Amino acid sequence: MIEAPGLERRSFGQTMRADVWWTQPLLVFFGLSVFIIYSTWAAFQGQNYFFGNYISPFYSPEIFGESPHSWFGPKPNWWPAWLIFSPALLVLWAPAGFRVTCYYYRGAYYKAFWADPLACTVGEPRNSYWGERSFPLIMQNVHRYFLYLALVFLVILSIDVWKALWFSDGFGIGIGTIVLTINVILLSGYTFGCHSLRHLAGGFLDQFSKSTTCYRAYSCVTCFNQRHMLWAWLSLFWVGFSDLYVRLCATGIWHDVRLL
Amino acid sequence: MKTATFKIWRGDAKGGEFQDYTTEIAEGMVVLDAVMQIQATQARDLACRWNCKAGKCGSCSAEVNGMPKLMCMTRLSELPLEKPVTVEPMKAFPVTKDLVTDVSWNFRVKKKIKPFKPRTPDAPDGTWRMQQEDIDRVQEFRKCIECFLCQDVCHVLRDHQMHEKFIGPRFLIHVAALEMHPLDTENRIEELRNTQGIGYCNITKCCTKVCPENIQITDNGIIPLKERVVDEFYDPFGWLWRWLKRKSDSRIEIRES
Repeated sequence: MIEAPGLERRSFGQTMRADVWWTQPLLVFFGLSVFIIYSTWAAFQGQNYFFGNYISPFYSPEIFGESPHSWFGPKPNWWPAWLIFSPALLVLWAPAGFRVTCYYYRGAYYKAFWADPLACTVGEPRNSYWGERSFPLIMQNVHRYFLYLALVFLVILSIDVWKALWFSDGFGIGIGTIVLTINVILLSGYTFGCHSLRHLAGGFLDQFSKSTTCYRAYSCVTCFNQRHMLWAWLSLFWVGFSDLYVRLCATGIWHDVRLL
Repeated sequence: MKTATFKIWRGDAKGGEFQDYTTEIAEGMVVLDAVMQIQATQARDLACRWNCKAGKCGSCSAEVNGMPKLMCMTRLSELPLEKPVTVEPMKAFPVTKDLVTDVSWNFRVKKKIKPFKPRTPDAPDGTWRMQQEDIDRVQEFRKCIECFLCQDVCHVLRDHQMHEKFIGPRFLIHVAALEMHPLDTENRIEELRNTQGIGYCNITKCCTKVCPENIQITDNGIIPLKERVVDEFYDPFGWLWRWLKRKSDSRIEIRES
């Protein structure tokens, strides 16, 4: 299209930056790696994912499973014997897809895991670059579909919080109830700040004054969107912790304390 | 009086190297002050572009300690002066001499973007009416001073040198300012996806980090444009929704007529 200027390339890691530019990609790499390893391990366990009226958010909704939270009973007979079964594997792809295609995480993991670039103005390891124009990264454009699923999951997790208020002896609040409530609040903050939601709520308009409802919705999403990175990390940490809490209660290592 | 050492890149399109200059510094000085002091006392042939010294003309863009910055807005008190401060020209554009680069590629790119095409005037005197909430978003993009620091830091241009396929953050913001303008009637989405290469942006947010006007280039400009491209090219349910809406709107129009 336009004639390119002739420029010299920098080699991998080459930079004139004097600051500790490698700390941020390193922290992102460490944080995401820990979460991926833990969540994969937890998803394949297939046990200790519920404790009384609490269910781990990794396993909710439990479509098939052994717990009383299951929607359609235990593992179906038609499930192939050779295929590993865990209730989490039936549902976890949806929130995972939402995070993988999230605009914030994309920028973060391209840097931390793919060094594309490792940090601003730091030389890259590869000569070729396709961006998000061709397969596989062109698939990132499905983000809004994962958003629709994430909104459904928020409703389901909110129902789980409601159930966490009802113990065998009636209404009550335990530490687990608070843990699951905080989880839904943080996931809501993350989901309601989604860039795709911001667009769908009103960002697609050129004239906000034509729809007051859209403008209000857009402003509301913008408010969450300004702290999207913070919500992303807090919700990621807490959803992992919520699973850990339920798991440790189920194995008897931790004891849930009833506050009410 | 305190002194500081500056490693300034000296050379031209054929090549060059860093040269050390030690100069006196005083409270409140910025990098441009030091460079001009060196130019006045030690290196009379040092080429450096500057104009307003107030962060509004976008002329004195360079790389200070490896990060794209306006020299006139970079205070020496913000830099670690125990080590030499490196000052070099922008890396995404060819060097003319010393700290001066040839940024004319940007002006050629701008000419290729479809210009503003307003709707017919709202009033008989040829004027338009706009609400503040309609124009707020675009006003942020209009703050751009065309310093091209965002173009310089963008790895698609800087490292992969895809100047032929990607217009860079500055011009994505320019397109956003036109596309989201309440009066504009032009459609630039197809060019955005194809010849302007918005898909090459992988949202590293480096452009936002270096913008001296604090324009939220990625969150408010590029990502909303990416979403508009998704509307047009990658969202089958969206196509169906818009088709149904057009059908229902045309039925209402027929009924009313």
